[in-house]
Amino acid sequence: MKRTAIAAVLALLLAGCKAPSAKEIKIGLITPLTGDVKTYGESVRNSFEIAVDEANKAGGVAGMKIVPVVVDDKNDPTEASNAANLLIHQQKVRAIVGSVTSKTAIPVSDLAQSGKIPAITPTATNPKVTVADGKRKDFMFRSCFIDPFQGKVMAKFARETLFKEKAAVLYDASNDYSKGIAEYFGDAFKLMGGKVVAYESYGKDDVDFSALLTKVKASGADVLFLPDYYNKVGLIARQAGEKGIKATLIGPDGWDSPDLVKVAGEAVEGGYFSNHYSPDDTRPEVVAWVKKYKEKFGQTPDALGTLAYDGTNLMLEAIRKANSDDPVKIREALASIKGFKGVTGESAMDDNGNAIKSAVILQIVGGKQKFVKVVNP
Amino acid sequence: MEVFLQQVVNGLQIGFVYALIALGYTMVYGIVRLINFAHGDVFMVGAFIGLYAIERCNLPLPVIFLLAVFGCALLAVAMERVAYRPLRGAPKIASLITAIGVSLFLEYFTALRQVFGPNFYSFPRPFAVSSWEVRNISLTNIQAIIFFVTIFCLGLLQFIVHRTRLGRAMRAVSYDHVTAGLMGVNVDLVISLTFGLGAALAGVGGVLYGIAYPQVNTFMGVMPGLKAFTAAVLGGIGSIPGAVLGALIMGQSETLTSAYLSSTYRDGIAFLILILVLLLRPTGILGTSRTEKV
Amino acid sequence: MKALLQPARFLAPFAVAAASGTFLAAAGAVNPYWIQIFQLACITAVSALGLNVIYGFTGLFSLGHAAFYGIGAYTAAFLMKSYGGDSQLFFLASLLAGGAGAALVAWLVGLPALRLTSDYLGIATLGFGIIMKVLFDNADSFLPQLGGARGMTGIAKMTGFAWAVMFLGVSLLAVRNLIHSSYGRALLSIREDEVAAGSMGIDTFRYKMAGFVIGCSFAGLAGGLYAHLYVFLHPSNFDFFKSVDVLIIVVLGGLGNMSGTLIASFGWIFLLEGLRVILPPGYIELRWVLIPVLLIVTMLQRPQGLFGIREFPLLRGDPE
Repeated sequence: MKRTAIAAVLALLLAGCKAPSAKEIKIGLITPLTGDVKTYGESVRNSFEIAVDEANKAGGVAGMKIVPVVVDDKNDPTEASNAANLLIHQQKVRAIVGSVTSKTAIPVSDLAQSGKIPAITPTATNPKVTVADGKRKDFMFRSCFIDPFQGKVMAKFARETLFKEKAAVLYDASNDYSKGIAEYFGDAFKLMGGKVVAYESYGKDDVDFSALLTKVKASGADVLFLPDYYNKVGLIARQAGEKGIKATLIGPDGWDSPDLVKVAGEAVEGGYFSNHYSPDDTRPEVVAWVKKYKEKFGQTPDALGTLAYDGTNLMLEAIRKANSDDPVKIREALASIKGFKGVTGESAMDDNGNAIKSAVILQIVGGKQKFVKVVNP
Repeated sequence: MEVFLQQVVNGLQIGFVYALIALGYTMVYGIVRLINFAHGDVFMVGAFIGLYAIERCNLPLPVIFLLAVFGCALLAVAMERVAYRPLRGAPKIASLITAIGVSLFLEYFTALRQVFGPNFYSFPRPFAVSSWEVRNISLTNIQAIIFFVTIFCLGLLQFIVHRTRLGRAMRAVSYDHVTAGLMGVNVDLVISLTFGLGAALAGVGGVLYGIAYPQVNTFMGVMPGLKAFTAAVLGGIGSIPGAVLGALIMGQSETLTSAYLSSTYRDGIAFLILILVLLLRPTGILGTSRTEKV
Repeated sequence: MKALLQPARFLAPFAVAAASGTFLAAAGAVNPYWIQIFQLACITAVSALGLNVIYGFTGLFSLGHAAFYGIGAYTAAFLMKSYGGDSQLFFLASLLAGGAGAALVAWLVGLPALRLTSDYLGIATLGFGIIMKVLFDNADSFLPQLGGARGMTGIAKMTGFAWAVMFLGVSLLAVRNLIHSSYGRALLSIREDEVAAGSMGIDTFRYKMAGFVIGCSFAGLAGGLYAHLYVFLHPSNFDFFKSVDVLIIVVLGGLGNMSGTLIASFGWIFLLEGLRVILPPGYIELRWVLIPVLLIVTMLQRPQGLFGIREFPLLRGDPE
């Protein structure tokens, strides 16, 4: 049994090494299809599929048919590295979309850089994904906000529009999205003259926030900042409501999902969050996108999926602009993109490979997201 | 002072849920010396059964509990037959690794879209939340339900273990299964029933958890399972009252550490406290020290 | 002279393997993906050998092995990043420092913990593992370069094929010599029956400490190698589930069997990646459903592990 296993592995080693034919271009996707954030990973994969299918139906990109190669990283940095290596050296892809979380996107960025393959992450927000230790990894890009931006946006909104004085922050200490935005919010809020009266963290698997919420209530905060994804925020918000906390709830784009109201119910009514676009938005791209996703997958797309759709299309647009499958040319095209119109708004790439986009502030009214204002970078 | 008492009440809520899970661990360990790593996932299945029962069939609460009890018991008995019974004569570590395998299988298999699916599903509450204020400390009806249901189950369990023939058989098998077999006890049946009983409690725990923290996901059993297991060992593995005591202590240490020491280092401090207790009482608080014969 | 020849004879095939591997990699004959996986397998084997010393040979049920792996990784990475530049010599020094750091912490942990018996020791080490994970998550509060939950970047890629293979060779040699010495026999006797060993005059506590510290230092060394291969450290790589992974490998191979640990480490790593390559695109999610099934089936078929007592010729002791 061992011998056949070795033979099988060797056969695949050699088989995987075929170069794509001239009319095809291989694009890789690294996403957590197993593991604790499988639901986000699937969202991203679904959106990638829609983007790739659309492009192929329209004749491919730059005259080449897109061959998608999807690999799973289980939301684990080691697996993400292995997956990136597989895509770059074994499958010989020309571009990569991924990964989804920052801890998996950072190893991908290192490998994309050393392998000279352009890569774009649609959802990882840690600044270190594109710039780390003072060095810009110029083959890596991202199409979403970075933590510092969102933290500041919400702090500014809380101070200058809502006139809040005392903020409480509850964040997940083991999640860099949560931790990062919490820090930037706290710093910005203090800089703008507010006071942070409670700054507490919880763990990844926590569901009982009563101890922390009791503390928040006792602190007298008038605004509670919850930088995390919708599934966690829903739980916290609900429990905050049960504890009788009257502070206004605010948060970043992780809130964006129809499931938020499902879990939190009334507790999150009146809360504000920053996002890339508003679903109220009657722009045809938004309406068409929601319809497309619903038809194919039976659910409304969440924020991560929508970002992935735009991120993939950004990469495809770069390939069209470069009109070649040469990774270096694709990279240059991607770096110089301006005025790209996606579902999540218009964006351009800045020098650090991060997307320049405006944010919108939405409020939950009557269980639905309602547009409040635009914030420009 | 009131804030402190409020925190104690908070800690009791999670402590009681841990207790229901911890009992399953301790019972199975008591009878076959196996740490059933998959127990936390049985709890998860219970929560999902509750979810489907409420969402799709809109059944009344007592029926939901019964469904969860039967569903989980069946699952555990199946697990025991397929994965643990064949290894009863083998070194203990083999069963442990198999248990880990079963646990991973339950988590990843149920995450497939065709089974439960990977999302974080919201658990609809079968009733509205109301709370009472007793001298500035609020107590919710959910907490009340958790306390009563758990105490009821504990009472039932104590009754079964100490006042029925099955209970006597269970105690006999956990003491010496060879002799118990010679005395006419159907050891295989008793072991299966023990697994089933432990799982039934976990099933109840799963439904209660779903009601209290209305979100379920196929990985939700991992951390509570780990903490309940630790609680069972802390209280003295194999001891039923020990499991409850350990779980309540676990719940309190988590909550009070979060409230008064540091929420960031909470898990670290909670486990540190645990280790310190173990060092003082090396076989757990209510554990019996076994004399080892050479 | 004979004492020196033994290590040389043992390490010779490893040196050859290291040289040929490095050559193949440089020539581009084998692609970097498989080279990296092979190195990961070597590193995992070193760590697993450590756990085998602790659990397989000394009988101590430790569920916190990944924490020591992490201590070694962060220590070596921090030293190398802050002071080492790209010096190979400093790299070796930082690896050894990582191993030493892990050994020191193991010693501190072992002092109170090793008085506990089996399942309770498991809980204590599990608890220690969780404490370390919390510390890793928040490490950036006291040492910003460690990154905490945001990860540690900027580590130089120093681990090469030669380093991984040679470290594996040296580890195997060390464990083999340890086991076939009177020290090793003391450890085995403690595993078999601690009370009897004690009444035979063996200072069980001292030997248990030795086994634990040595095993954890292997984990530390492996951690340092890992850090400089994957060049990114995140606390999630050093949590309880990683400790479970190593335990699975050691049990699969056969407790107390070095050859088994070696084969199981390579088998596990290559199985994980191999399934990724083999499974057709629509079935990617099944990878982690198949792996536990294979695990269960293997344990049911061979509860004593793949290898029982037999070792490869190189790893056997001298005939009595």
